[in-house]
Formats: sequence, structure tokens, C-alpha cells
Amino acid sequence: MNALEARDAITVALASVAPECDLADVDPDAVYRVELDLDSLDFLNLIEALHNATGVDIPESDYPKVTTITQLVDYLVTHCGSVVG
Amino acid sequence: MPALGADMVEGTLLEWQVHPGDEVHRGDIVAVIDTDKAAIEVECFEDGVVRELLVQPGTKVPVGTPLAVIDGSGVCVPEPVIENPLVRRRAAMKAEARRQPVAAPPVVAPAPARRKGVRASPFARRRATELGVDLATVAGTGRDGAITAADVEGTSTPAEHVAGDRSESMRRAIGELMARSKREVPHYYLSSTIDMTASMTWLRDTNSARTVSDRLVPAALLLKAAALACREVPQLNGYWEDELHIADHVNLGVAVSMRPSGLVAPAILDADTLDLLSLMRQLRELVTRARAGRLRSREMSDGTITVTNLGDNGAEAVFGVIYPPQVALVGLGRVVERPWATQGLLGVRPCVTATLSADHRATDGHDGSRYLAALNQLLQEPEKL
Repeated sequence: MNALEARDAITVALASVAPECDLADVDPDAVYRVELDLDSLDFLNLIEALHNATGVDIPESDYPKVTTITQLVDYLVTHCGSVVG
Repeated sequence: MPALGADMVEGTLLEWQVHPGDEVHRGDIVAVIDTDKAAIEVECFEDGVVRELLVQPGTKVPVGTPLAVIDGSGVCVPEPVIENPLVRRRAAMKAEARRQPVAAPPVVAPAPARRKGVRASPFARRRATELGVDLATVAGTGRDGAITAADVEGTSTPAEHVAGDRSESMRRAIGELMARSKREVPHYYLSSTIDMTASMTWLRDTNSARTVSDRLVPAALLLKAAALACREVPQLNGYWEDELHIADHVNLGVAVSMRPSGLVAPAILDADTLDLLSLMRQLRELVTRARAGRLRSREMSDGTITVTNLGDNGAEAVFGVIYPPQVALVGLGRVVERPWATQGLLGVRPCVTATLSADHRATDGHDGSRYLAALNQLLQEPEKL
């Protein structure tokens, strides 16, 4: 998975969680939970949607590492290749 | 027409989900109605066969108006409980509404023909009715191709958009209800700072072993504890109608913020009986349906106590306004690290501020204090939740 594919996956996942939100409006280095007003349930739904789409399981201990879109893209790119199908 | 909140005196039937001749069972969704706050799916409380639909889509009728006739069990209305004070209150409100001048029914565009297989949310159907859009001509972009309200609005001209109507009517309804609560309910307020070390540690450990679909958020523990604490102080779980009526079930209302604005408080039914995973799943599903405009009538009408959790928004303490005719509202803030002294030693602990807004006609500070103490104790033993 490359960065573009990761961003596309995030866009689709976000649309399923918060359809009224547009990722294009978010500064990639801003905290997207604040920018998009996502609560803890929204965030969990987002993590689950990304897991279903990419196979990447983001453990709770890594949540602080994916607070921005840039970090989330990098995380998916880094960990997607390590997923054993 | 069911009363889906203490402030509701009338509702608009948006669409029928059944036709004359259909067999229905208790719990089946039979219609979608519109309130000031949301489009709600109405459940049937009778078994039988639909004989006649009494109200046409697009019609606004007072609460208590029969909606349909079902052979085998009589008229399809919300389950009557004669001794339920809430039913008497609704009947009184209906009688009052009848004494008011009644405006001519609004001219509403005929409901779009329902093409077999068209999947659309109740809110999307409402918007289609308002805008005169035929759902059969709309391409859905929601999950599995379902038509969303945005899909409907995208097909109409900008001049027809009345997207602010829902937010405005919801804001107005919330304001009226909260103002009435403040006028009529003598509130008292209590707060307690709760050490969340045991709960957060347990949560971290349990989530590390769970798949993402089974993970719990702190709110699940807080809600379960709030529900169980009602068993210890049942006087806080019920209705006020000339006197306190303690409820048999703990139907935990959960305040859900709507986008772009607004608030609804649907209930997780029998929340005290659910295991944590079931409660978590119901919470996720409830919030999703609330924001999609697919709440059910019992969820809106049967709450016995409400919890508002604003921790995600950063508020450290919430002093809320009770939803009448309930007699209490629990407020939960953000889990934050605080200095904590115990046995003469100072440390840092994750803490949450729990507040209670309660009706002084029903309980006093002693009862409220016992409730917060019970809540505290429950959160010190999360494995038992």
C-alpha cells in the first residue's frame, strides 16, 4: 500500500463514520479528531473501518501515534506490508 | 401517535412500512414519524393483521391519535399502561392541544412512490417528501448504496434547500424543554471526583486482548456503572407525576450530539442487565442510528434516567438539566490526571468528575450522595461491571 492508497482508504473509512465530514478540509498535520469533531465512538468506528479495509489493526497503545492524517497515512503504509493474509 | 418525549404534543407521519393485509408482530417497525428532533421508527405493540391505515403520510396529528387498526388486537397505539403517569400526562397534553386553535394541515408534497428495493434512511425519505424528490431517481451513496439525505438534497435546486429547518426545529424543541425543566423542576446538584485508576487499567488490559470490533471505550464502563448504581438508589430512576414513580427497568438515556448541531437522548433499554460488550455494541449502534435518523419509538419514550458524557469534548464537569419527567441526570466529564492523596501519600491518578442533577421533589442530597458513592464503588471494581 502506498501513501495515495492509504489516504483513499482513510477517506472511504471516514465517509462511513462521519459522512458530513470532508477529509479535503482537514490540515494533514492537524489533530483530525478535533478538526472533524470525532468522539471516541467515531474514532473507534474509524479504526475498525480501516482495519476492515486494509487489514491493519491499530492497537490502543498506538492511538497516540495516529493523531494526524499524515501520521495515519504513514502508519498504514508502514504496517500494511506486515499484515499476514 | 406515540409521545416520544415529555415535550411532544404532535407528530407527522412520514411513511408507512406496512400495508393493509400485512401480518405484524410486536416489535415490528410499522411507520416512520417526524418530531421536532428526529425521524423516529415506530414499533407496533400488537400482533395481528393490518386492517386499516388511519393516517396518511404527511399528516400531522396530536399525540395519542390512533394510527392504524390491527385485526386481532385492536387499535395500534403505543402500549397503554393505564397507571403510567406519563400516559396520563400525555393525555392531558393532548386534551390541551385540542383546545388550541388548529391550523389547517400543511400542504405537503405527496410522498414519493416507494420503488421496491429503494433503500433510504427515514431522514432521506423525509427530505424527499419536503423537496418533492422521487427517490427512484436518486443515486445512493450511503452504505450498500443506501440513499442519504445529502443524496436527496443534491438533486434539488439551492432555492429548495431548507437544510437549516431540522437544526432550527431541534434547537427550538430542546430550548423549550430545557426551559420548562428549569421552571418546573427544583434541581439540586452534587459532584464527586472518582479515581479511575482501576477502571482505566482494566480497560487497557482487556482491550489489548480484544479485536478492534470488541474494544470498549471508557464510556461503556461509565454507563454500566451509572445503570447499576440505579439499583442501589432506585429513587433516582423513574418519573415525577404528582409523586415519584420508580421505574421497574433501568432504561439509560444517553445524550447524543447530532451533526451539525442538536441533541437527542435515546435510551439503552435494560442497561443494567447488559454485559459490557453488549452494552458497548448497543451504544455504537444507537449512536449510529441516532445520527442517521433511525431511532425507534421505545428508545425515545422509555428512558428512566439520562447520562450526558462530555468528556470527549474536553469538559471536566457537566451540570446538566433534567429531561422531564425523569428525576435525575448524571453528568460525566473528561478523564484527566490529577494529584491524588491517599494514606498520606501524594500521587497522580486518572480521575473523572461525576455530577448528579436531581429533582428535589423526588429525592434529597442524601439519596444523591448515596448514588454517587455507589457509582464510585462500582468503578473501583470494573471486572464486576
